[in-house]
Amino acid sequence: MSIASPLLSVEGLSKSYGGVHAVRRVSFQLRQGEILALIGPNGAGKSTCFDMLNGQTRASAGRIKLFGHDTSGRKPREMWRLGVGRTFQITATFPTMTVRENIQIALVSYRKQLFNLWASTPRFAQAEAGHLLDLVAMGPYADRPCGELAYGDLKRLELAIALANEPKLLLMDEPTAGMAPRERIELMRLTAGIAREKSIGVLFTEHDMDVVFEHADRILVLDRGTLIAEGSPEEVRRNPEVRAIYLGEGLVYDARHREGAPS
Amino acid sequence: MAFYVVQFLTGLASAASLFLVASGLSIIFGVTRIVNFAHGAFYMLGSYVAFTLTERFSDAFGFWAGILAAALIVAAIGVLVEMVLLRRIYHVPELFQLLATFGLTLMVEDLVVLIWGPSDLLGRRAPGFKGAVDFFGQNIPTYDLFLIGLGPLVLAALWLIFQRTRWGVLVRAATQDRDMVAALGVNQKWLFTSVFALGVFLAAFGGALQIPRDAVHHAMDLRIIVDVFVVVVIGGLGSIVGAFVAAVLVSELNAFGILIFPKISIILVFLVMAAVLIVRPWGLFGRPEAAARRTPGITVNPWRPLTSHGRMAAVAGLILIAALPLIGGNYALTVGSEIAIFVIFAASLHFLMSVGGLASFGHAAYFGLGAYGVAFLAKMAGLPMLLSLLLGPFLGLAGAAVFGFFAVQLSGVYFAMLTLAFAQIVWSIAFQWVEVTGGDNGILGVWPERWAASPSHFYWLSIGIAALAVAALRLVVFSPFGFALRATRDSPLRSEAVGIDGKRIQWTAFVIAGGVAGVAGALFAYLKGSVFPDSLGISLSVDALVMVLLGGVETVSGAVVGAVIYKALNIWLVSQTDLSKLVLGAVIILIVVAFPKGVVGILETIRNRRRPSKNSALLASRIETAE
Repeated sequence: MSIASPLLSVEGLSKSYGGVHAVRRVSFQLRQGEILALIGPNGAGKSTCFDMLNGQTRASAGRIKLFGHDTSGRKPREMWRLGVGRTFQITATFPTMTVRENIQIALVSYRKQLFNLWASTPRFAQAEAGHLLDLVAMGPYADRPCGELAYGDLKRLELAIALANEPKLLLMDEPTAGMAPRERIELMRLTAGIAREKSIGVLFTEHDMDVVFEHADRILVLDRGTLIAEGSPEEVRRNPEVRAIYLGEGLVYDARHREGAPS
Repeated sequence: MAFYVVQFLTGLASAASLFLVASGLSIIFGVTRIVNFAHGAFYMLGSYVAFTLTERFSDAFGFWAGILAAALIVAAIGVLVEMVLLRRIYHVPELFQLLATFGLTLMVEDLVVLIWGPSDLLGRRAPGFKGAVDFFGQNIPTYDLFLIGLGPLVLAALWLIFQRTRWGVLVRAATQDRDMVAALGVNQKWLFTSVFALGVFLAAFGGALQIPRDAVHHAMDLRIIVDVFVVVVIGGLGSIVGAFVAAVLVSELNAFGILIFPKISIILVFLVMAAVLIVRPWGLFGRPEAAARRTPGITVNPWRPLTSHGRMAAVAGLILIAALPLIGGNYALTVGSEIAIFVIFAASLHFLMSVGGLASFGHAAYFGLGAYGVAFLAKMAGLPMLLSLLLGPFLGLAGAAVFGFFAVQLSGVYFAMLTLAFAQIVWSIAFQWVEVTGGDNGILGVWPERWAASPSHFYWLSIGIAALAVAALRLVVFSPFGFALRATRDSPLRSEAVGIDGKRIQWTAFVIAGGVAGVAGALFAYLKGSVFPDSLGISLSVDALVMVLLGGVETVSGAVVGAVIYKALNIWLVSQTDLSKLVLGAVIILIVVAFPKGVVGILETIRNRRRPSKNSALLASRIETAE
């Protein structure tokens, strides 16, 4: 991996709705295998950034490069074909299918079998689907209807779906939102483990600073559409502007994080 | 030149009633989220009641008071309908609401004939507007000028009501966020009822105003509702200004379309509608709807392919059915063939509805096109039966390819309205283009060749093709394509994020369903020995919908069961009573209100209850919490 050609390179990304600038000239890079957190108060433009990276929203200005190739204006489904996986703030899965079928349909798409009218999907790529489910510890649930799953299990299933195209980049919008504290830590450990093992770059937004400081290699701080800080967790934590706007000055907080990332 | 001006003014005058009805539909939809199919029926009732009143009180005051009183009386009927029926179905899926209001339409059609008789009624002219104005040698009825002035007046009145009254503010608030308005302590029930009353009043007023221009007859409801659907699709559902602009546009296109394509004037409207849909799928003045999230946990039963036992049972059942010629007479065999054909038809729609989540309200278009395809090939090209049967359905397939491309750009009620409008367009072409289609007289003499002519042979042919079609569709349901189609239904967001081009998948499904419907139509042409515009008609489209719902949408085999029960019932009913629409409409409403899961769905629920497993207990509790 060379620093010269980053996995993702964002230059001057902007989005305005009428007169409102939701995102203003945001630039950053993400290296292969790096875990990058995007934090900031509500309304800072995190989700808008995500939607632009994913192709859901068209940027007003700026460029997004994946492996050095401009991907501006690509649709989400094209981004997936380029090796970008995505999870959503509120999980999006296929509730009328079983857990395994959720993975199988993603594999069907990855192998370009979508217009196959005769094969049997329940028998499609069973081994590989099972492997992906084992990866997120969902193997025992393979035959359960997806609509029955608890929320934490849905999150893990969604992660497995996002991994089906062997992505180089994972975009995770608030991956632990709506989960119990312990589940949050487990899910992020799982994600970070997989990402490091497969050398997948991860960009995630998150409000839980325990999760952020434990797993992020680097942190971007967004406020009112503008990038106000960027750096290692330690640098960001010390940054007075970030403390003023977002983190606050809590002593407990400092004490918990003084010794760097707790394990 | 003068001629064109007059033509333009005639168009404007027609726009007035169209605008009244369309704005009523839009207002009701905005607040209650119900697309009121029965709006055409209220329009028609307005006409009939106004006819009776103006005949009774024929002086000038009586006439105008009669028009107004008619609209008020029908609005009162609307209030009754809202309180008795609609309040029960506000929470059910939109498809069921459309169907329930359609059932209402069917009932009104029969009731109207029962009360006022089947023949056209000619109303009296409006006092004070009986004459015509001379315009460079062309006559313009003064009543038309009155209507031209009335349209903008009503628009202004509605604007004032919605901008300047407390009630109007509440309605606008409810249009944006019903739940928030309820949370603020506004009595929802009263608001919904009053909005429905206003909408129905506008429809009935529009109908009452038509009597000096047009004859009153019992098919005017469907004609207006299709035009209204076209208007709201173009103008944008929920927008009153949109309804006005689109009503003028559609009326003018109709007025001038007759000059350009006298035989198929409707084609011009279609082209404009298609253009609007490509540029602004949510209409000229509409706003894009946020995609409704399906509540997870409602439909948690994943589908399973047949087990080997199930397959054997199906084959055994088929052998049993094939033995009918041993015991049944010719009539039974003909009925059996017809049922088999409708099994194919219902299965094709079921595929689109249950797997794709696309409820087409105009599926008969592709059935009918298949039938006409056979008629053209057999009668005009003189092809042998086997070749006609094979190639005829391709006309249905081609129609589905063209219309489906536009239809899948939309979803939900827009999809339903658009497919209905398309079907009506095809019907109009078949009806008006007499040189090619024979118009109302149809195409006769499409008889099967000798090898298939005897009732038993044709019966075997029909059930053979039906079995093949159902088996093929089942195969597709469990194929990667079928799963991709379900994926786009389940979660458009997730399916796009895993590389699925939802629109292309849905379009393909539409073409497949259209092609299979075409097969059914092709067989139907040979069964009847003729083809009529009826086989493209709305009532046939609705028959198919009812079959699917009767069997159960959320099942794999619902269509087969639904088609058999419904068709048998229907044939029996028509032989027993003249009021089949009344009974049918009541049955539809009963299904929607009492048995929304359908026959197969109920059987599955009973089976699950008898064998209580951990899964189904969990499932039941989920459904309760989701409700």
